[in-house]
Amino acid sequence: MKKIISKEEYCIGCRLCEIHCTVAHTKTKNILKVFKGKDTKPLPKIKFEEKGFISFSLQCRHCEEANCIEACITGALYRDEKTGTVLWDENKCVGCWMCIMLCPFGVIEPDLQKKKISSKCDLCINEGFPVCVKNCPNEALVIEE
Amino acid sequence: MKYVIIGNSIAATNAIKSIREFDKENKIILISDEEYINYSRPLISYLLAKKITKEKINYLSTDFYEKNKVDLILKKKAVKILINEKSILLNDNTKINYDKLLLTTGGTPIIPQIKGINTNGIFNFTKISDVEKIEKYIKENNVKKVSVIGAGLIGLKATEALLELKLKVTIIELSDRILASTLDKKASAIFENELRKNGCEIITNTTVKEIITENNKVKELSLINGTRKKTDMIIIAIGVKPNIELVKETEIKINRGILVNSKMETNIENIYAAGDCAEPTIAIWPVAAQQGKIAGYNIIGQNREIKNIVPMNSVELCGIPSISAGNTVPNNSDCEILVLYNEEKKIYKKIIIQNNRIIGFIMIGNISRAGIYTMLITDKININEFKDSLLNENFGLINLPKEFRKHLVTGAGIEV
Repeated sequence: MKKIISKEEYCIGCRLCEIHCTVAHTKTKNILKVFKGKDTKPLPKIKFEEKGFISFSLQCRHCEEANCIEACITGALYRDEKTGTVLWDENKCVGCWMCIMLCPFGVIEPDLQKKKISSKCDLCINEGFPVCVKNCPNEALVIEE
Repeated sequence: MKYVIIGNSIAATNAIKSIREFDKENKIILISDEEYINYSRPLISYLLAKKITKEKINYLSTDFYEKNKVDLILKKKAVKILINEKSILLNDNTKINYDKLLLTTGGTPIIPQIKGINTNGIFNFTKISDVEKIEKYIKENNVKKVSVIGAGLIGLKATEALLELKLKVTIIELSDRILASTLDKKASAIFENELRKNGCEIITNTTVKEIITENNKVKELSLINGTRKKTDMIIIAIGVKPNIELVKETEIKINRGILVNSKMETNIENIYAAGDCAEPTIAIWPVAAQQGKIAGYNIIGQNREIKNIVPMNSVELCGIPSISAGNTVPNNSDCEILVLYNEEKKIYKKIIIQNNRIIGFIMIGNISRAGIYTMLITDKININEFKDSLLNENFGLINLPKEFRKHLVTGAGIEV
């Protein structure tokens, strides 16, 4: 299955991955509308970390044995049978935060207002190719089959 | 080969998934005394509060059993295990043979043996049928005041739903605070204050001595501390015990629950147990899920053991989220405790360290990245190198030692 590899040695901390991830998960997919508040601006589904000269971004690892799926009380988190990708059904999620309690990478964030998780990477299922990888200028994010 | 599973919650359905990963053909029979299939017990409070509809309480697709070729026997109770002839006796006197048996009978609410307990208007809160009974009673009896006895997770989830229905709730708890088994005093106090602000009454350090009735309905509570409380309805939530009725007069070893090893095997060959009925007991959904999965794998001969598990909980009350895991109130003095507390913002973070390992934590208000701390507990990671960063607001994988982080992120063998 597809897997995004994060190479911290190549990350230059530009955070373009975050910006493109945010835009890709909106209605208009228009960067100006999203950042000027003319479209909803969801939280990025990628987690950027920075300390001194080190930085990297990380998204859902789509674990083979996924704690989050196992712990999900609603069935909102599930595995796509064809691709193996861990996906999330927003309609089912009630915000019980079990996945947040158990994700060892800390890449699922809560949206406390909406009472739903807000940052589940879907490998850009609607884009065909992960936009974070596509827009990384230094190949710090690469995809492997 | 014939597999028989008794019970139908997450341990059972996960075992089915494991079995079917390797064995697509042999018969699986599932016996459940309930009418509903694959519904999520933790969601019943959301159902009572009308935050979800009945359709959404199913955590699996409706064709799950069909797709996995499971023969369902519903609304029938397994009453006896006949180990010598490898069969199960049902309450309608039919017998079901098995080659491998998995017990996922769950837990049963503990009912205090007090005067008046058998009257109308007293309910448990663990099943979908409890929600139906509660809704019916509220409607038919114009219920305004509800007493919740016990302030553990179940009691508080019930409280939250009842407050949502605009009912007046009184919590009665024997210990000195709510959620006493998972939270410390400071954490409990944050929730107690919020609940009181939302009109909930909390009475601690006492319990019910007698239920006073009128026309065979609850009317008043008489407490051990001498006070009396008028009430229209009572929810009993003082705890759950493993449901082991079925194995009591058999050779299957029990203590509080059915004793199992790390492969979920009982002492009897070909009999397994998983979920809230099994011991060691940590009666929470993720543990039952993992145990069911592992039991299923071992049933079909995949040699798998359960991971290190610690008690953990995610509770949101009055809009304040909390996650806690491990030992949150240590009584040994060799523990180091890191604390961050902001009363105004209702943010609390407490990390308990022993021998350079995290053994427990509480996060209230801000639960972001809690899973990293859970992983540090379950994988027993030495935190000495990055201890100073544990309380940082933006604590993350970046604070972990580089080699460990890379191994964690990319997996063994493909480190970059």
